Amino acid sequence: MKGLAAILRKELADHFASHRFVILFALIAMVSLISAYMVGIKIREVEGQLKPQFVFLLLFTEPAAMFSLVQFVAFFGPLVGLILGFDSINRERNEGTLSKLLAQPIYRDVVINAKFLAGVVLIGVMLLSIVLVITGLGLMLVGIVPGIEEIWRIFAYLVISVVYIAFWLGAAILFSIVFRSTATSALASLALWIFFSFFITIGASILANTLASDAELNPQSAARRAELVKYVVLASPMELYSDATATVIDPLRKSTRSTLPVGPMEAVSMTRFSGPLPLAQSLLVVMPHIISLVAITVVCFALSYTVFMRQEIRSL
Amino acid sequence: MTPAPVVATEDLTKIYRHQVAVDHLTFSVNEGEIFGFLGPNGAGKTTTLLMLLGLTEPTGGRARILGIDPAREPIKVKARVGYLQENMGFYSDLTARQMLRFVAELNGIGRQAAEARIDNALTEVGLADEGPPKKIAAFSRGMRQRLGIAELLIRDARVAFLDEPTLGLDPDATQRISDLIQRLAREQRMTILLSSHQLHQVQKICDRVGIMIKGRMVANGPIDQLAREKFGVDREEFTLEEIYMKYFLEG
Repeated sequence: MKGLAAILRKELADHFASHRFVILFALIAMVSLISAYMVGIKIREVEGQLKPQFVFLLLFTEPAAMFSLVQFVAFFGPLVGLILGFDSINRERNEGTLSKLLAQPIYRDVVINAKFLAGVVLIGVMLLSIVLVITGLGLMLVGIVPGIEEIWRIFAYLVISVVYIAFWLGAAILFSIVFRSTATSALASLALWIFFSFFITIGASILANTLASDAELNPQSAARRAELVKYVVLASPMELYSDATATVIDPLRKSTRSTLPVGPMEAVSMTRFSGPLPLAQSLLVVMPHIISLVAITVVCFALSYTVFMRQEIRSL
Repeated sequence: MTPAPVVATEDLTKIYRHQVAVDHLTFSVNEGEIFGFLGPNGAGKTTTLLMLLGLTEPTGGRARILGIDPAREPIKVKARVGYLQENMGFYSDLTARQMLRFVAELNGIGRQAAEARIDNALTEVGLADEGPPKKIAAFSRGMRQRLGIAELLIRDARVAFLDEPTLGLDPDATQRISDLIQRLAREQRMTILLSSHQLHQVQKICDRVGIMIKGRMVANGPIDQLAREKFGVDREEFTLEEIYMKYFLEG
Protein backbone atom coordinates (compact mmCIF):
# COMPACT_ATOMS: atom_id res chain seq x y z
CA MET A 1 0.00 0.00 0.00
CA LYS A 2 1.69 3.09 -1.26
CA GLY A 3 1.83 5.96 1.15
CA LEU A 4 0.94 3.87 4.20
CA ALA A 5 4.43 4.08 5.64
CA ALA A 6 4.60 7.81 5.05
CA ILE A 7 1.31 8.57 6.77
CA LEU A 8 2.00 6.08 9.55
CA ARG A 9 5.31 7.73 10.28
CA LYS A 10 3.76 11.17 10.30
CA GLU A 11 0.90 10.07 12.55
CA LEU A 12 3.29 8.47 15.02
CA ALA A 13 5.50 11.55 15.04
CA ASP A 14 2.45 13.72 15.66
CA HIS A 15 1.25 11.51 18.50
CA PHE A 16 4.59 11.23 20.22
CA ALA A 17 5.11 14.97 20.04
CA SER A 18 1.62 15.83 21.25
CA HIS A 19 0.96 17.07 24.77
CA ARG A 20 -2.05 14.84 24.89
CA PHE A 21 0.07 11.71 24.61
CA VAL A 22 2.66 12.92 27.10
CA ILE A 23 -0.01 13.71 29.70
CA LEU A 24 -1.81 10.41 29.17
CA PHE A 25 1.39 8.45 29.35
CA ALA A 26 2.59 10.25 32.45
CA LEU A 27 -0.72 9.64 34.19
CA ILE A 28 -0.82 5.95 33.37
CA ALA A 29 2.84 5.41 34.16
CA MET A 30 2.41 7.15 37.49
CA VAL A 31 -0.63 5.16 38.55
CA SER A 32 0.84 1.85 37.48
CA LEU A 33 4.16 2.50 39.14
CA ILE A 34 2.57 3.54 42.39
CA SER A 35 0.23 0.60 42.52
CA ALA A 36 2.94 -1.84 41.52
CA TYR A 37 5.17 -0.41 44.21
CA MET A 38 2.48 -0.71 46.86
CA VAL A 39 1.74 -4.27 45.87
CA GLY A 40 5.43 -5.07 45.86
CA ILE A 41 5.78 -3.79 49.41
CA LYS A 42 2.73 -5.80 50.44
CA ILE A 43 4.17 -8.97 48.98
CA ARG A 44 7.50 -8.38 50.69
CA GLU A 45 5.79 -7.98 54.04
CA VAL A 46 4.32 -11.43 53.93
CA GLU A 47 7.73 -12.88 53.26
CA GLY A 48 8.37 -16.02 55.19
CA GLN A 49 4.72 -16.72 55.46
CA LEU A 50 2.99 -18.98 53.03
CA LYS A 51 3.51 -17.46 49.62
CA PRO A 52 1.08 -18.19 46.88
CA GLN A 53 2.34 -19.58 43.65
CA PHE A 54 2.89 -17.18 40.82
CA VAL A 55 3.91 -14.38 43.12
CA PHE A 56 4.97 -12.32 40.20
CA LEU A 57 1.51 -12.10 38.71
CA LEU A 58 0.24 -10.67 41.98
CA LEU A 59 1.90 -7.43 40.94
CA PHE A 60 -0.80 -7.12 38.31
CA THR A 61 -3.81 -8.60 40.02
CA GLU A 62 -3.52 -7.59 43.66
CA PRO A 63 -5.45 -4.42 44.48
CA ALA A 64 -3.06 -1.79 45.82
CA ALA A 65 -5.06 1.03 47.26
CA MET A 66 -8.35 0.86 45.45
CA PHE A 67 -7.80 -1.16 42.35
CA SER A 68 -5.40 -3.61 40.83
CA LEU A 69 -3.45 -2.75 37.74
CA VAL A 70 -5.65 -4.98 35.62
CA GLN A 71 -8.74 -3.20 36.85
CA PHE A 72 -7.12 0.14 36.23
CA VAL A 73 -6.41 -0.69 32.59
CA ALA A 74 -9.94 -2.03 32.15
CA PHE A 75 -11.36 1.21 33.40
CA PHE A 76 -8.85 3.74 32.12
CA GLY A 77 -7.67 2.02 28.94
CA PRO A 78 -10.79 3.00 26.99
CA LEU A 79 -10.06 6.62 27.72
CA VAL A 80 -6.64 6.22 26.13
CA GLY A 81 -8.15 4.79 22.97
CA LEU A 82 -10.83 7.46 22.84
CA ILE A 83 -8.44 10.31 23.42
CA LEU A 84 -6.10 9.08 20.70
CA GLY A 85 -8.87 8.70 18.15
CA PHE A 86 -11.74 11.09 18.69
CA ASP A 87 -10.46 13.83 16.36
CA SER A 88 -8.39 11.83 13.92
CA ILE A 89 -10.50 12.44 10.83
CA ASN A 90 -12.67 15.43 11.62
CA ARG A 91 -9.78 17.64 12.68
CA GLU A 92 -8.09 17.03 9.35
CA ARG A 93 -11.37 17.69 7.61
CA ASN A 94 -11.87 20.96 9.46
CA GLU A 95 -8.34 22.14 8.78
CA GLY A 96 -8.62 21.22 5.12
CA THR A 97 -5.65 18.89 5.29
CA LEU A 98 -7.78 15.85 4.53
CA SER A 99 -8.41 16.96 0.96
CA LYS A 100 -4.76 17.79 0.51
CA LEU A 101 -3.97 14.25 1.61
CA LEU A 102 -6.61 12.72 -0.65
CA ALA A 103 -5.45 14.78 -3.63
CA GLN A 104 -2.13 12.94 -3.45
CA PRO A 105 -1.82 9.75 -5.49
CA ILE A 106 -2.79 7.37 -2.69
CA TYR A 107 -5.86 5.24 -2.10
CA ARG A 108 -8.36 6.62 0.30
CA ASP A 109 -8.28 3.66 2.65
CA VAL A 110 -4.56 4.16 3.23
CA VAL A 111 -5.44 7.22 5.30
CA ILE A 112 -7.75 5.44 7.68
CA ASN A 113 -5.61 2.31 7.86
CA ALA A 114 -2.56 4.36 8.74
CA LYS A 115 -4.45 6.27 11.40
CA PHE A 116 -5.79 3.14 13.03
CA LEU A 117 -2.45 1.39 12.79
CA ALA A 118 -0.62 4.35 14.31
CA GLY A 119 -3.02 4.28 17.24
CA VAL A 120 -2.53 0.55 17.75
CA VAL A 121 1.25 0.89 17.62
CA LEU A 122 1.06 3.69 20.14
CA ILE A 123 -1.15 1.69 22.49
CA GLY A 124 1.19 -1.26 22.16
CA VAL A 125 4.22 0.85 22.97
CA MET A 126 2.46 2.42 25.92
CA LEU A 127 1.33 -0.85 27.47
CA LEU A 128 4.55 -2.70 26.74
CA SER A 129 6.69 -0.05 28.35
CA ILE A 130 4.49 0.05 31.41
CA VAL A 131 4.50 -3.71 31.78
CA LEU A 132 8.27 -3.74 31.41
CA VAL A 133 8.73 -1.03 34.00
CA ILE A 134 6.46 -2.86 36.43
CA THR A 135 8.33 -6.08 35.79
CA GLY A 136 11.59 -4.34 36.54
CA LEU A 137 10.21 -2.77 39.66
CA GLY A 138 8.77 -6.10 40.71
CA LEU A 139 12.12 -7.80 40.26
CA MET A 140 13.72 -5.27 42.55
CA LEU A 141 11.01 -5.29 45.19
CA VAL A 142 10.02 -8.91 45.33
CA GLY A 143 13.26 -10.44 44.18
CA ILE A 144 11.59 -13.31 42.38
CA VAL A 145 12.27 -13.96 38.75
CA PRO A 146 9.10 -14.68 36.79
CA GLY A 147 8.86 -18.12 35.23
CA ILE A 148 8.25 -18.83 31.57
CA GLU A 149 4.59 -19.46 32.20
CA GLU A 150 4.20 -16.15 33.98
CA ILE A 151 5.89 -14.33 31.13
CA TRP A 152 3.52 -15.94 28.65
CA ARG A 153 0.58 -14.98 30.79
CA ILE A 154 1.74 -11.39 30.92
CA PHE A 155 2.21 -11.46 27.17
CA ALA A 156 -1.30 -12.81 26.62
CA TYR A 157 -2.58 -10.10 28.93
CA LEU A 158 -0.72 -7.50 26.87
CA VAL A 159 -2.18 -8.70 23.58
CA ILE A 160 -5.73 -8.78 24.92
CA SER A 161 -5.29 -5.31 26.35
CA VAL A 162 -4.08 -3.92 23.03
CA VAL A 163 -7.09 -5.41 21.26
CA TYR A 164 -9.38 -4.00 23.93
CA ILE A 165 -8.01 -0.48 23.70
CA ALA A 166 -7.97 -0.76 19.90
CA PHE A 167 -11.72 -1.32 20.09
CA TRP A 168 -12.15 2.02 21.79
CA LEU A 169 -9.77 3.62 19.32
CA GLY A 170 -11.89 2.23 16.48
CA ALA A 171 -15.07 3.55 18.08
CA ALA A 172 -13.49 6.99 18.49
CA ILE A 173 -12.31 7.03 14.86
CA LEU A 174 -15.81 6.08 13.77
CA PHE A 175 -17.21 9.04 15.70
CA SER A 176 -14.57 11.29 14.20
CA ILE A 177 -15.75 10.27 10.74
CA VAL A 178 -19.45 10.58 11.45
CA PHE A 179 -19.36 13.86 13.35
CA ARG A 180 -17.96 16.98 11.78
CA SER A 181 -17.16 18.72 15.03
CA THR A 182 -14.40 17.40 17.25
CA ALA A 183 -16.31 18.43 20.37
CA THR A 184 -19.29 16.32 19.34
CA SER A 185 -17.20 13.26 18.64
CA ALA A 186 -15.36 13.69 21.94
CA LEU A 187 -18.70 13.85 23.76
CA ALA A 188 -20.07 10.85 21.90
CA SER A 189 -16.96 8.84 22.76
CA LEU A 190 -17.22 9.81 26.41
CA ALA A 191 -20.92 8.91 26.44
CA LEU A 192 -20.13 5.48 25.08
CA TRP A 193 -17.45 4.97 27.70
CA ILE A 194 -19.68 6.08 30.57
CA PHE A 195 -22.52 3.96 29.30
CA PHE A 196 -20.46 0.81 29.20
CA SER A 197 -18.60 1.42 32.42
CA PHE A 198 -21.41 2.54 34.70
CA PHE A 199 -24.86 2.37 33.27
CA ILE A 200 -24.78 -1.09 31.86
CA THR A 201 -24.21 -2.64 35.30
CA ILE A 202 -27.03 -0.60 36.81
CA GLY A 203 -29.25 -1.33 33.84
CA ALA A 204 -28.46 -5.02 34.03
CA SER A 205 -29.57 -5.38 37.63
CA ILE A 206 -32.73 -3.39 36.97
CA LEU A 207 -33.48 -5.60 34.01
CA ALA A 208 -32.78 -8.74 35.99
CA ASN A 209 -35.06 -7.57 38.76
CA THR A 210 -37.94 -6.96 36.40
CA LEU A 211 -37.46 -10.17 34.46
CA ALA A 212 -36.93 -12.44 37.43
CA SER A 213 -38.88 -10.69 40.11
CA ASP A 214 -39.91 -13.50 42.36
CA ALA A 215 -41.57 -12.34 45.49
CA GLU A 216 -39.80 -14.78 47.77
CA LEU A 217 -36.06 -14.96 47.82
CA ASN A 218 -35.00 -18.45 47.08
CA PRO A 219 -31.64 -19.66 45.79
CA GLN A 220 -33.02 -20.49 42.36
CA SER A 221 -34.34 -17.04 41.62
CA ALA A 222 -31.20 -15.47 43.00
CA ALA A 223 -29.09 -17.63 40.74
CA ARG A 224 -31.32 -16.86 37.80
CA ARG A 225 -30.99 -13.18 38.48
CA ALA A 226 -27.23 -13.38 38.75
CA GLU A 227 -27.09 -15.27 35.50
CA LEU A 228 -29.22 -12.65 33.74
CA VAL A 229 -27.07 -9.84 35.05
CA LYS A 230 -24.02 -11.65 33.77
CA TYR A 231 -25.41 -12.02 30.27
CA VAL A 232 -26.51 -8.43 29.97
CA VAL A 233 -23.27 -7.10 31.33
CA LEU A 234 -21.33 -9.16 28.81
CA ALA A 235 -22.58 -6.78 26.15
CA SER A 236 -20.01 -4.36 27.51
CA PRO A 237 -16.50 -4.70 26.12
CA MET A 238 -15.24 -3.65 29.52
CA GLU A 239 -16.79 -6.72 31.09
CA LEU A 240 -15.48 -8.97 28.35
CA TYR A 241 -12.04 -7.60 28.91
CA SER A 242 -12.09 -7.77 32.70
CA ASP A 243 -13.27 -11.36 32.67
CA ALA A 244 -10.77 -12.38 30.02
CA THR A 245 -7.72 -10.77 31.58
CA ALA A 246 -8.58 -11.69 35.14
CA THR A 247 -8.61 -15.33 34.11
CA VAL A 248 -5.59 -15.15 31.87
CA ILE A 249 -3.39 -13.50 34.42
CA ASP A 250 -4.56 -15.51 37.43
CA PRO A 251 -3.92 -19.24 37.05
CA LEU A 252 -6.05 -20.01 40.08
CA ARG A 253 -9.19 -18.68 38.47
CA LYS A 254 -10.99 -21.46 36.75
CA SER A 255 -14.09 -19.68 35.62
CA THR A 256 -14.90 -16.21 34.50
CA ARG A 257 -17.41 -15.92 37.30
CA SER A 258 -16.16 -14.05 40.30
CA THR A 259 -18.47 -15.80 42.75
CA LEU A 260 -19.17 -19.46 42.61
CA PRO A 261 -22.17 -21.02 44.19
CA VAL A 262 -20.65 -23.44 46.67
CA GLY A 263 -22.74 -26.48 47.31
CA PRO A 264 -21.41 -29.74 48.80
CA MET A 265 -20.36 -31.10 45.42
CA GLU A 266 -18.63 -27.91 44.40
CA ALA A 267 -16.79 -27.90 47.67
CA VAL A 268 -15.50 -31.38 46.98
CA SER A 269 -14.37 -30.47 43.51
CA MET A 270 -12.74 -27.28 44.76
CA THR A 271 -10.64 -29.16 47.28
CA ARG A 272 -9.76 -31.85 44.80
CA PHE A 273 -8.74 -29.60 42.01
CA SER A 274 -7.21 -26.66 43.74
CA GLY A 275 -4.06 -26.53 41.66
CA PRO A 276 -3.45 -23.76 39.14
CA LEU A 277 -4.60 -24.12 35.56
CA PRO A 278 -2.04 -24.35 32.79
CA LEU A 279 -1.99 -21.33 30.51
CA ALA A 280 -3.63 -23.14 27.62
CA GLN A 281 -6.54 -24.07 29.85
CA SER A 282 -6.88 -20.55 31.19
CA LEU A 283 -7.00 -19.27 27.63
CA LEU A 284 -9.57 -21.89 26.76
CA VAL A 285 -11.85 -20.70 29.55
CA VAL A 286 -11.92 -17.18 28.17
CA MET A 287 -11.62 -17.98 24.48
CA PRO A 288 -15.21 -16.85 23.78
CA HIS A 289 -14.44 -13.58 25.49
CA ILE A 290 -11.27 -13.04 23.51
CA ILE A 291 -12.96 -13.88 20.24
CA SER A 292 -15.86 -11.53 20.99
CA LEU A 293 -13.40 -8.79 21.85
CA VAL A 294 -11.52 -9.25 18.58
CA ALA A 295 -14.82 -9.43 16.70
CA ILE A 296 -16.22 -6.16 18.03
CA THR A 297 -12.90 -4.45 17.36
CA VAL A 298 -12.91 -5.66 13.77
CA VAL A 299 -16.55 -4.71 13.29
CA CYS A 300 -15.90 -1.26 14.68
CA PHE A 301 -12.98 -0.68 12.33
CA ALA A 302 -14.83 -2.14 9.35
CA LEU A 303 -17.69 0.23 10.02
CA SER A 304 -15.40 3.25 10.11
CA TYR A 305 -13.72 2.04 6.96
CA THR A 306 -16.98 1.70 5.04
CA VAL A 307 -18.38 5.02 6.19
CA PHE A 308 -15.14 6.78 5.35
CA MET A 309 -14.90 5.23 1.89
CA ARG A 310 -18.41 6.31 1.01
CA GLN A 311 -18.26 9.82 2.36
CA GLU A 312 -18.42 12.69 -0.11
CA ILE A 313 -15.32 14.82 -0.15
CA ARG A 314 -17.24 17.83 -1.39
CA SER A 315 -18.33 19.25 1.94
CA LEU A 316 -14.93 20.47 2.87
CA MET B 1 -3.65 18.28 -36.62
CA THR B 2 -3.91 19.78 -33.17
CA PRO B 3 -2.67 17.65 -30.26
CA ALA B 4 -5.23 16.02 -28.01
CA PRO B 5 -6.41 18.31 -25.21
CA VAL B 6 -4.93 17.72 -21.77
CA VAL B 7 -8.21 18.21 -19.97
CA ALA B 8 -11.44 17.30 -21.70
CA THR B 9 -14.96 16.75 -20.43
CA GLU B 10 -18.04 15.58 -22.20
CA ASP B 11 -21.49 16.16 -20.71
CA LEU B 12 -19.98 15.98 -17.24
CA THR B 13 -22.81 16.11 -14.72
CA LYS B 14 -23.02 16.01 -10.95
CA ILE B 15 -26.26 15.93 -9.03
CA TYR B 16 -26.37 16.22 -5.25
CA ARG B 17 -29.61 14.94 -3.82
CA HIS B 18 -31.95 17.60 -5.22
CA GLN B 19 -29.54 20.01 -6.73
CA VAL B 20 -27.74 19.95 -10.03
CA ALA B 21 -24.23 21.15 -9.27
CA VAL B 22 -22.71 20.61 -12.71
CA ASP B 23 -24.96 20.38 -15.75
CA HIS B 24 -23.67 18.68 -18.90
CA LEU B 25 -20.35 20.44 -18.91
CA THR B 26 -18.28 20.08 -22.06
CA PHE B 27 -14.99 21.88 -22.45
CA SER B 28 -11.32 21.22 -23.02
CA VAL B 29 -7.97 22.74 -22.16
CA ASN B 30 -4.79 22.31 -24.19
CA GLU B 31 -1.25 21.78 -23.04
CA GLY B 32 0.48 24.80 -21.59
CA GLU B 33 -2.71 26.79 -21.57
CA ILE B 34 -3.90 28.88 -18.63
CA PHE B 35 -7.64 28.50 -18.42
CA GLY B 36 -9.60 30.85 -16.19
CA PHE B 37 -12.59 29.26 -14.56
CA LEU B 38 -15.02 31.98 -13.62
CA GLY B 39 -18.43 32.09 -12.09
CA PRO B 40 -20.33 33.07 -8.98
CA ASN B 41 -19.87 31.13 -5.75
CA GLY B 42 -21.70 27.84 -5.88
CA ALA B 43 -21.67 27.68 -9.68
CA GLY B 44 -20.01 24.26 -9.56
CA LYS B 45 -16.40 25.21 -10.22
CA THR B 46 -14.91 23.34 -7.28
CA THR B 47 -17.21 20.37 -7.88
CA THR B 48 -15.90 20.20 -11.45
CA LEU B 49 -12.30 20.30 -10.24
CA LEU B 50 -13.02 17.53 -7.71
CA MET B 51 -14.57 15.39 -10.43
CA LEU B 52 -11.59 15.97 -12.70
CA LEU B 53 -9.35 14.78 -9.85
CA GLY B 54 -11.41 11.70 -9.18
CA LEU B 55 -12.20 12.83 -5.64
CA THR B 56 -15.92 12.95 -6.44
CA GLU B 57 -17.69 10.61 -8.75
CA PRO B 58 -19.63 12.23 -11.60
CA THR B 59 -23.32 11.40 -11.91
CA GLY B 60 -23.00 11.33 -15.67
CA GLY B 61 -20.73 12.20 -18.55
CA ARG B 62 -17.04 11.65 -19.01
CA ALA B 63 -13.82 13.39 -18.17
CA ARG B 64 -10.32 12.77 -19.47
CA ILE B 65 -7.08 14.08 -18.04
CA LEU B 66 -4.09 13.30 -20.25
CA GLY B 67 -6.29 10.61 -21.72
CA ILE B 68 -7.02 8.98 -18.34
CA ASP B 69 -10.49 8.69 -16.85
CA PRO B 70 -10.35 10.10 -13.31
CA ALA B 71 -13.43 8.17 -12.22
CA ARG B 72 -11.76 4.89 -13.17
CA GLU B 73 -8.14 5.51 -12.38
CA PRO B 74 -7.99 8.32 -9.84
CA ILE B 75 -4.54 7.36 -8.60
CA LYS B 76 -2.99 7.72 -12.05
CA VAL B 77 -4.68 11.07 -12.50
CA LYS B 78 -3.67 12.32 -9.08
CA ALA B 79 -0.08 11.36 -9.78
CA ARG B 80 -0.01 13.86 -12.66
CA VAL B 81 -2.30 16.57 -11.40
CA GLY B 82 -1.59 19.03 -8.63
CA TYR B 83 -4.56 20.50 -6.80
CA LEU B 84 -4.19 23.60 -4.69
CA GLN B 85 -7.36 24.14 -2.74
CA GLU B 86 -8.47 27.50 -1.46
CA ASN B 87 -7.02 27.15 2.05
CA MET B 88 -4.04 25.12 0.84
CA GLY B 89 -4.52 22.47 3.52
CA PHE B 90 -0.96 22.29 4.74
CA TYR B 91 -0.20 20.79 8.13
CA SER B 92 0.45 23.94 10.08
CA ASP B 93 2.78 22.37 12.62
CA LEU B 94 5.28 21.30 9.98
CA THR B 95 7.94 23.45 8.38
CA ALA B 96 7.84 24.05 4.64
CA ARG B 97 10.59 21.52 4.08
CA GLN B 98 8.91 18.85 6.24
CA MET B 99 5.63 19.35 4.42
CA LEU B 100 7.28 19.01 1.03
CA ARG B 101 9.15 15.93 2.22
CA PHE B 102 5.86 14.38 3.28
CA VAL B 103 4.30 15.16 -0.10
CA ALA B 104 7.35 13.74 -1.88
CA GLU B 105 7.08 10.56 0.16
CA LEU B 106 3.39 10.19 -0.67
CA ASN B 107 4.29 10.56 -4.33
CA GLY B 108 6.92 7.88 -4.09
CA ILE B 109 9.85 10.20 -4.79
CA GLY B 110 13.11 8.80 -3.39
CA ARG B 111 14.65 10.60 -0.47
CA GLN B 112 17.71 11.98 -2.22
CA ALA B 113 15.86 13.03 -5.33
CA ALA B 114 13.29 14.67 -3.09
CA GLU B 115 15.87 16.77 -1.23
CA ALA B 116 17.30 18.09 -4.49
CA ARG B 117 13.86 18.88 -5.85
CA ILE B 118 12.80 20.57 -2.61
CA ASP B 119 15.89 22.79 -2.70
CA ASN B 120 15.18 23.76 -6.28
CA ALA B 121 11.49 24.34 -5.73
CA LEU B 122 11.98 26.45 -2.60
CA THR B 123 14.53 28.62 -4.42
CA GLU B 124 12.20 28.92 -7.39
CA VAL B 125 9.31 30.25 -5.33
CA GLY B 126 11.53 32.38 -3.11
CA LEU B 127 11.05 30.50 0.15
CA ALA B 128 14.59 29.20 0.44
CA ASP B 129 16.33 32.06 2.19
CA GLU B 130 13.88 32.83 4.94
CA GLY B 131 16.32 32.29 7.79
CA PRO B 132 15.64 29.66 10.44
CA PRO B 133 12.89 27.18 9.50
CA LYS B 134 9.43 28.43 10.37
CA LYS B 135 6.32 26.39 10.91
CA ILE B 136 3.68 26.81 8.25
CA ALA B 137 1.37 28.18 10.95
CA ALA B 138 3.51 31.34 10.93
CA PHE B 139 3.37 31.70 7.14
CA SER B 140 1.54 34.57 5.51
CA ARG B 141 -1.11 33.79 2.89
CA GLY B 142 1.27 34.67 0.12
CA MET B 143 3.95 32.36 1.46
CA ARG B 144 1.47 29.53 1.71
CA GLN B 145 0.46 30.03 -1.91
CA ARG B 146 4.09 30.01 -2.94
CA LEU B 147 4.62 26.82 -0.96
CA GLY B 148 1.69 25.36 -2.88
CA ILE B 149 3.45 26.18 -6.12
CA ALA B 150 6.62 24.58 -4.75
CA GLU B 151 4.54 21.45 -4.15
CA LEU B 152 3.51 21.43 -7.82
CA LEU B 153 7.16 21.72 -8.78
CA ILE B 154 8.46 18.86 -6.67
CA ARG B 155 5.63 16.62 -7.78
CA ASP B 156 6.44 17.54 -11.35
CA ALA B 157 2.74 17.90 -12.04
CA ARG B 158 1.68 18.09 -15.67
CA VAL B 159 -1.64 19.73 -14.85
CA ALA B 160 -2.49 22.08 -12.01
CA PHE B 161 -5.90 22.99 -10.62
CA LEU B 162 -5.70 26.19 -8.64
CA ASP B 163 -8.71 27.16 -6.60
CA GLU B 164 -8.62 30.89 -5.84
CA PRO B 165 -4.83 31.19 -5.84
CA THR B 166 -4.79 34.92 -5.25
CA LEU B 167 -7.64 35.22 -2.77
CA GLY B 168 -6.93 37.67 0.00
CA LEU B 169 -3.40 38.47 -1.09
CA ASP B 170 -1.93 41.95 -1.12
CA PRO B 171 -1.13 43.40 -4.56
CA ASP B 172 2.54 42.56 -4.34
CA ALA B 173 1.90 38.93 -3.38
CA THR B 174 -0.77 38.66 -6.06
CA GLN B 175 1.72 39.84 -8.64
CA ARG B 176 4.26 37.30 -7.45
CA ILE B 177 1.84 34.41 -7.62
CA SER B 178 0.63 35.50 -11.07
CA ASP B 179 4.20 35.60 -12.33
CA LEU B 180 4.88 32.15 -10.94
CA ILE B 181 1.74 30.73 -12.53
CA GLN B 182 2.69 32.21 -15.88
CA ARG B 183 6.16 30.78 -15.62
CA LEU B 184 4.78 27.32 -14.84
CA ALA B 185 2.77 27.44 -18.03
CA ARG B 186 5.46 28.95 -20.25
CA GLU B 187 8.56 27.18 -18.94
CA GLN B 188 7.24 23.86 -17.69
CA ARG B 189 4.42 23.60 -20.25
CA MET B 190 2.13 22.95 -17.32
CA THR B 191 -1.56 23.09 -18.09
CA ILE B 192 -3.32 25.29 -15.60
CA LEU B 193 -6.95 25.58 -14.63
CA LEU B 194 -7.55 28.35 -12.20
CA SER B 195 -10.72 29.57 -10.63
CA SER B 196 -10.81 33.10 -9.39
CA HIS B 197 -12.97 36.11 -8.72
CA GLN B 198 -10.20 38.62 -9.28
CA LEU B 199 -11.10 39.31 -12.85
CA HIS B 200 -8.42 41.83 -13.74
CA GLN B 201 -5.83 39.28 -12.64
CA VAL B 202 -7.50 36.59 -14.70
CA GLN B 203 -7.60 38.91 -17.67
CA LYS B 204 -3.86 39.48 -17.36
CA ILE B 205 -2.69 35.89 -17.19
CA CYS B 206 -5.33 33.64 -18.75
CA ASP B 207 -5.23 32.56 -22.37
CA ARG B 208 -8.84 31.55 -22.29
CA VAL B 209 -11.72 31.80 -19.84
CA GLY B 210 -14.87 29.83 -19.22
CA ILE B 211 -17.78 31.36 -17.36
CA MET B 212 -19.87 28.96 -15.36
CA ILE B 213 -23.28 29.88 -14.06
CA LYS B 214 -25.57 27.45 -12.25
CA GLY B 215 -23.57 24.43 -13.34
CA ARG B 216 -23.50 25.37 -17.03
CA MET B 217 -20.69 26.90 -18.99
CA VAL B 218 -22.26 29.90 -20.64
CA ALA B 219 -19.13 31.24 -22.29
CA ASN B 220 -15.83 29.77 -23.31
CA GLY B 221 -13.06 31.37 -25.32
CA PRO B 222 -10.30 33.97 -25.39
CA ILE B 223 -11.31 37.19 -23.68
CA ASP B 224 -11.27 39.39 -26.78
CA GLN B 225 -13.45 36.91 -28.61
CA LEU B 226 -16.00 36.91 -25.79
CA ALA B 227 -15.94 40.69 -25.86
CA ARG B 228 -16.65 40.73 -29.59
CA GLU B 229 -19.52 38.30 -29.12
CA LYS B 230 -21.09 40.32 -26.36
CA PHE B 231 -20.46 43.83 -27.46
CA GLY B 232 -20.59 43.25 -31.18
CA VAL B 233 -18.00 45.76 -32.25
CA ASP B 234 -14.27 45.69 -31.58
CA ARG B 235 -14.02 47.96 -28.64
CA GLU B 236 -10.59 49.11 -27.80
CA GLU B 237 -11.08 49.13 -24.06
CA PHE B 238 -13.06 46.48 -22.32
CA THR B 239 -12.61 44.67 -19.09
CA LEU B 240 -13.40 41.13 -18.15
CA GLU B 241 -15.66 42.54 -15.46
CA GLU B 242 -17.98 44.01 -18.08
CA ILE B 243 -18.14 40.75 -20.00
CA TYR B 244 -18.62 38.72 -16.85
CA MET B 245 -21.42 40.92 -15.55
CA LYS B 246 -23.21 40.79 -18.87
CA TYR B 247 -23.15 36.99 -18.87
CA PHE B 248 -24.02 36.86 -15.22
CA LEU B 249 -27.08 39.09 -15.61
CA GLU B 250 -28.27 37.10 -18.60
CA GLY B 251 -27.73 33.81 -16.79
